[in-house]
Amino acid sequence: MFDYLFFTSLTLFLLGLIYKISTWFTRNIGILGKNIKASQRMLSAARGIFHVMGSHKVLTLLNTFLLDVLFQRRILKEDLLRWVAHMLIFYGFMLLLFMHALESVVSEAIFSDYYSTLNPFFFLRDFFGAMVLAGVIIAALRRYILRPQRLRTSPMDHYAIIIVAVIMLSGIALEGLKIASYTEFQRMVEDYAGLDDEDEIQALEAVWVRDYGTASPNIKEPIDEDLISSGREVHENNCMDCHSSAKWAFNGYATAKIISPAALWLDRVGSITLVWYIHIITCFIGMAYLPFSKMFHLIATPFTLIANKVMDPVKSLPANILTRQIMELDACTHCGSCSLNCSAAMVFEAAGNEYILPSEKMGLLKDLASGKKLNDQQYRAIQEGVYLCTNCDRCTVRCPSGIRLKELWYSVREELLASGPPLPHVLTPYSFARGLIIQDTISADEYTRPIETARQAVAGRFINLMNPDIAIPLNAGGSQPVIMDTTYTHCFSCQSCTTVCPVVGNYDNPEQEVGLLPHQIMCCLGLGLTEMASGAQMIWDCLTCYKCQENCPQQVEVCDVLFRLKNTAVESFGGG
Amino acid sequence: MKFALFQGCNIPARVEQYAHATQAVATKLGIELVEISEFNCCGYPARNTDYRAFVLSAAKNMAVAESVGLDMLVMCKCCYGSLKKAAYLLNQDQALKAEINRFLAKENLEYKNSIQVKHLLSALYHDVGMEHLKSKIAKTYSGLQIATSYGCHALRPSNVTDFDDPVSPRIFDELVEITGAFSVQWARKLDCCGAPLTGINDRLAMDMAQKKITSAREAGAHFICTACPYTHLQFDVVQARLASNPENGQPLAPILYPQLLGLCLGIDEKTLGIKENEIDLSGIASFLMAE
Repeated sequence: MFDYLFFTSLTLFLLGLIYKISTWFTRNIGILGKNIKASQRMLSAARGIFHVMGSHKVLTLLNTFLLDVLFQRRILKEDLLRWVAHMLIFYGFMLLLFMHALESVVSEAIFSDYYSTLNPFFFLRDFFGAMVLAGVIIAALRRYILRPQRLRTSPMDHYAIIIVAVIMLSGIALEGLKIASYTEFQRMVEDYAGLDDEDEIQALEAVWVRDYGTASPNIKEPIDEDLISSGREVHENNCMDCHSSAKWAFNGYATAKIISPAALWLDRVGSITLVWYIHIITCFIGMAYLPFSKMFHLIATPFTLIANKVMDPVKSLPANILTRQIMELDACTHCGSCSLNCSAAMVFEAAGNEYILPSEKMGLLKDLASGKKLNDQQYRAIQEGVYLCTNCDRCTVRCPSGIRLKELWYSVREELLASGPPLPHVLTPYSFARGLIIQDTISADEYTRPIETARQAVAGRFINLMNPDIAIPLNAGGSQPVIMDTTYTHCFSCQSCTTVCPVVGNYDNPEQEVGLLPHQIMCCLGLGLTEMASGAQMIWDCLTCYKCQENCPQQVEVCDVLFRLKNTAVESFGGG
Repeated sequence: MKFALFQGCNIPARVEQYAHATQAVATKLGIELVEISEFNCCGYPARNTDYRAFVLSAAKNMAVAESVGLDMLVMCKCCYGSLKKAAYLLNQDQALKAEINRFLAKENLEYKNSIQVKHLLSALYHDVGMEHLKSKIAKTYSGLQIATSYGCHALRPSNVTDFDDPVSPRIFDELVEITGAFSVQWARKLDCCGAPLTGINDRLAMDMAQKKITSAREAGAHFICTACPYTHLQFDVVQARLASNPENGQPLAPILYPQLLGLCLGIDEKTLGIKENEIDLSGIASFLMAE
């Protein structure tokens, strides 16, 4: 049964691992490296690795492996408590895995005197278990009680904590049950001590009840001291060489003490078998599920940390960058560092679109890369979320997994702009980095098309604006919402704003270029033609230099009114 | 003297030399600049899409500075304008303030209007003071002509930003002139650099930049001095792009004010990131003379 379960889950684990790693080369995200065949990507990656191994970069690799992977320096930089928790879980679990779970393969091969019931191994098993448990408690505390700002918890995060917690708790419960178990005691006497003499067994039993937590149906306190002393002799002769005191297994011993009133009943009903199944089945589930859970970061994150240290940000091949970016999606542990520190965090708080938060974008991008179809609403939300980013680079600087989030956003943003509906946000200074940096990395057409479609989308609704032959009905604005700043009502059309406007001044025929001039917009608003004013190209071409406002003799807040019109237009697209 | 340093989003990602130079200058002048990781976007871009998000973003920063009891030293003119505008709105509109504070309560913060928002230039001019600054100058420039680009969002709307006289400002010129450089009078000194439209209407943004550059060159400037990452990037990265067209003439290198001042305080070129600018400004050293 054990073997069957073990090999099944091991097979699933290995197949999962192969599948997941293969997706690093088959999946696509963003605009980089599209249409490069998986085989080519594998070849490029292999060449890259080979190149690193043969150069001085191998030192960088080692350095990163030591400091970032083994010492987990980036987590320490983020938060001491998180680092402690992560180190406890990682090292505790790894040591348990090799010493305890793989004892027949690892421990027995290394230590000729390995005996799981003898110190130091007997104690260490509990010590490592306590490490993991303490780490899991801190992790759960952080996620469920302390709850840092904007830390979102997905089902995957629950599973990870639950699986590790169940493995640990069932392991400790199993140990406690065994310590208290009378059946276990009898089995050990039979298998290891080989005692026949009833008196000797009784004396030994007394010692184990007194000192080792065994719950016996025959012996109850107070126990005769003579019995104990003769029992100690039997113990020294028959047991001590291969069994340290159960007190060394402090987790299990404490559990045995706690359950002692019910220990005999628990023993009788076969709880050991039950808990053993829970323990090993959870371990096997954890193993088989690992490649598909966030625990896969155990593999993807070290690779990401190292890849990002050895790969040249500029000269790397698109194929390798794409492969790395797909791997980075797996390296994300949804820890929330990025969202805690995100510069646009308050925009999320005010507007509520969770895809503004980097950690939540990652989840959806993973779905997108795996070929899941997003519905219109999700598409809009991710498109807007990716765009409402100030390109401050902080998520990349802070990510404990070393993911180059910024580059991911740059690439994905272009894909979402190219294949999605027009986004009015493109006409705001959120586009600054796109104009400054991205422009040089994509074709002129790829660059200008999103701007053009956004322009058409915001202007397209107001076709009549540019046709002087069409009469504009004055009551058209009657039911339209009036924007908040009402200083435009003071405008007497002196045109000072238009005269000083550098945008107007830049054109020979400004009305052709910007639709309505600033004073005409104020006039429109005064007449209640809000929609018409909103359709003017001028509001999007406003440099926000405030010359108009500074020079208005009537204190009309011209520039601020244009800001409000932009807000209204963006809102009418269902954004914020 | 101690300030909470507000770098905004552009400087750490794209104009790091500005931060390094500012820190170095501050150290020389005995100003302590505290970096605060809780600061976020000033709200400048959000102003175009969602007013509430803009005010909340700005208010969060001011509330964070209030929580540590420090005035803010802002390095970006657009951040400065944005923070000042939000403070102005919050102090005028109690209902807005209450709404924003409800959001801030989630972060255990409150906007109380207990600290001041200052731009680097105004802090140097008013808080450090010209006398103290002069006393620290180790070397001065000779024959150097500088065009100061004031920055729209610091100057206007003047009733909100309270930076300097919006029609004939002096602060920046005086700060430049204590280095021994001559601050030239140029027609487009108070005009927009075009950065707000870079990425939106690049043609218009480049026209604005090119007009300023031509105007500064005609006035005889050797460099354009800036104290804003947007203006700097516009004159550095965008101008480098413009310079690929020979019709636009030779580029006129921008220099960040703390770079200009730093050399006079005896700070080395490497610390000031002189080589990190895209357009070469190493020629500046030839104007320096030992005092």
